[in-house]
Amino acid sequence: MAIAGTIFGRLLKAALTLLAIAVLNFFLIHAAPGDPAVVLAGEAGAADEQMIADLRAQFGLDQPLYVQLYRYVGNILTLDLGYSFRQGAPVLDLILERLPATLILTLTAFWISLLAGVALGVAASARVGKFTDSLITGTALLFYATPLYWAALMAVLVFSVQLGWLPGFGYETVGSGYGGFDRAIDILKHLILPALTLGLFFMAVYMRMTRASMLEVAQQDFVKTARAKGLAPSVIRRRHILRNALLPVVTLAGLQAGQLVGGAVLTETVFAWPGIGRLMFESLAARDYNTILGVFLVSALMVIIFNIITDIVYRLIDPRIGQKA
Amino acid sequence: MKHLKLTTFLVAAMLATGAAAQEDGGRLDLIVQPEPPSLMLGLVQNGPTQMVSGQIYEGLLRYNTDLEPQPSLAKSWEIAEDGMTYTFHLNEGVTWHDGEPFSSADVVFTTKFLQDNHPRFRAAFSHVESVEAPDANTVVIKMKEPYGPFINAFEAGSMPIVPAHIYEGTDYATNEMNATPIGTGPYKFVEWSKGSFIHLTKNPDYYIDGLPHIDDLYYRVVPDAASRAVAFETGEVSVLPGGAVENWDVKRLTEMDGVCSTSAGWEFFAPHAWMWLNNREGPTSDKRFRQAVMFALDREFVKDVVWNGFGKVPTGPVSSKTNFYSDDVPQYPHDPDKAKELLAEMGYDGTPVRVLPLPYGETWQRWAEAVKQNLEEVGIKVDIDSADVAGWNEKTANWDYDMAFTYLYQYGDPALGVARNYTADQIKKGSPWNNVEGYENPELDKKWAAAAIEPDNAKRQELYTEIQQQIVEDVPVAWLLEIEFPTIYRCNVKNLITTGIGLNDGLRDAWIEQ
Repeated sequence: MAIAGTIFGRLLKAALTLLAIAVLNFFLIHAAPGDPAVVLAGEAGAADEQMIADLRAQFGLDQPLYVQLYRYVGNILTLDLGYSFRQGAPVLDLILERLPATLILTLTAFWISLLAGVALGVAASARVGKFTDSLITGTALLFYATPLYWAALMAVLVFSVQLGWLPGFGYETVGSGYGGFDRAIDILKHLILPALTLGLFFMAVYMRMTRASMLEVAQQDFVKTARAKGLAPSVIRRRHILRNALLPVVTLAGLQAGQLVGGAVLTETVFAWPGIGRLMFESLAARDYNTILGVFLVSALMVIIFNIITDIVYRLIDPRIGQKA
Repeated sequence: MKHLKLTTFLVAAMLATGAAAQEDGGRLDLIVQPEPPSLMLGLVQNGPTQMVSGQIYEGLLRYNTDLEPQPSLAKSWEIAEDGMTYTFHLNEGVTWHDGEPFSSADVVFTTKFLQDNHPRFRAAFSHVESVEAPDANTVVIKMKEPYGPFINAFEAGSMPIVPAHIYEGTDYATNEMNATPIGTGPYKFVEWSKGSFIHLTKNPDYYIDGLPHIDDLYYRVVPDAASRAVAFETGEVSVLPGGAVENWDVKRLTEMDGVCSTSAGWEFFAPHAWMWLNNREGPTSDKRFRQAVMFALDREFVKDVVWNGFGKVPTGPVSSKTNFYSDDVPQYPHDPDKAKELLAEMGYDGTPVRVLPLPYGETWQRWAEAVKQNLEEVGIKVDIDSADVAGWNEKTANWDYDMAFTYLYQYGDPALGVARNYTADQIKKGSPWNNVEGYENPELDKKWAAAAIEPDNAKRQELYTEIQQQIVEDVPVAWLLEIEFPTIYRCNVKNLITTGIGLNDGLRDAWIEQ
């Protein structure tokens, strides 16, 4: 009941937040210099006033800004994200076309980083001060400090160019004619490098947070009580310490999950991964207003959804949360 | 230089052996960068669209690397002696990719279609009185006045022939067939996986027997320049079009075994780089200042270092590759002392100038830094302004700059690609592809106008030589480089570049040695 009530309240707030975000985005994007007509005309390498005026009229940019805003808000209230004149397709189609690739990449990276990060954090905390701990912490620090862009290029140079083990870029083998299982394996091969590159940073963060949190909780009185009761150390670690230590990790995971849609621009660019981050970046450069606003809106939606999910997970891990004092 | 000679030799060797035994089949992977917004060449004419869609759509003519017209959809043509009538005889038995027959009606329709959607076509056809089709395989164009460069306006990018049966009577911009373009060209559209690749396949019904040779073309979208270099190194792609990788990677890639490169295939475009100098206000409004800038710049250095020796330092507004070029003009060697003299003479007060680089990657950023250094050596204060592509367009179109980098195509003739940057009627706020610098010279305007409609080529040359001499004296813009974009490819790809627009229509004749 409590959970259902919370969800309803959150959804209501979420809808209002989304609307506010949409309006804010609208003004931000219109404040940037240039417009899609100028960019399109610029790319043509030749343009006259007629061309630019024709394009503006076609895109509806010849209308006053408040009319454009009114139309835009009206559209999103009817769940219509508009039409990309640049790409000649409805924005929703463009986003849906790119969404699977991005979700495959970011979800894989998310789970790799979360599971490996927590596991390594637990392992390091269990052997605190010993060699294993130093090794894990040291490696994590390296991952944490390495710029994503550089790590990605190095991974390509080593595993793709030098060793030839894995494809260096792309989503799948182009023109291979693979179907079904073969295709899945092929995509998986292409997925390994970008997912690892994207996941390593967060893995390091989860590892450090889990370790610190585990050590902190281990000092608390209820753990001493458990130990005094004569429980086995592994049981104490799993049922008493880890469960309590996970809360800050969940908070962070919620934040990372919010970026599942738009947070992989760099990785997608280096690995030529046909995801939504690139769609966002390229649309921004081209001032493709409708597309960029659409991607922003979907990203904002994801952030809100994952915030709600995070709250629910809190309660599952620690039932005390949310109960009235 | 050594490198260029070697390249020339390789190309010559390639052409010599190419004729012997052409092999059919295979697949070719090429880079397209950036991803085109659309493949409907009649509606969108940006570089990447031209490169891919030039295999799908065709023009009436093609041009060889000396810019002489060659048959394409038109098998032959006649120009009346007075230059007032152009008659094109079309190839027979040509079909569109959907099986419908192609005829002169499509050509007539195309002239209406492009009138609404293609600014360069609109400009060239403003000299046309009428377009008629006396029979299914003949098109007659009557002119209002003789217009010398007209014969250069018929390649696929300037006038792509579009299918009347698909577009007539529809709203062109939202026609659903724009997503699956139908042309007459040697390759047909198969699939476009957005963000990944565009797949074209051999047109089995192509009207020239035996062409094309290659079965499948894959244009790969790889957004990062370093990754594009890797894609070529690993053999994932076999062709890097000009400008696909950063200049400093060019040397390393071309030195690999089995890799060829050529700077041919850009003759029609002859990309010409310069800085617009704002002629309206600030220090750049003084002719002596602009001349000082020309003397201050070490253009040979930029060519050798920033562009790895590719290209040529220009003498003026017309590229040495373009018709009616003349080198009989005032010269501006690198001479800092002369520059300082001119600045002292005008009494330059140290007002800083804003330099706006072109936001097309590292090369251009470095170029702006080299210019800043050169100018500061002679005492000119420089602030580098920066903007993304949209911001650059906005600033230049609204004249909000002191010196701004750009480069423009010349399209084989001064009247098509050069005049637009220097005549007073082309001073129009709101577009970056005209007389952005604000140069006004009524005497020259008359000569530009006379040269465009002069039927006698010798007289045209005379007029253009006079124009070049005067403009180079006035320095409305600082000419920097005749850009050469080397195409890098695996040597087993033969006959890749045979025309003045290179890869844009070259895959018709290319083949792969297995």
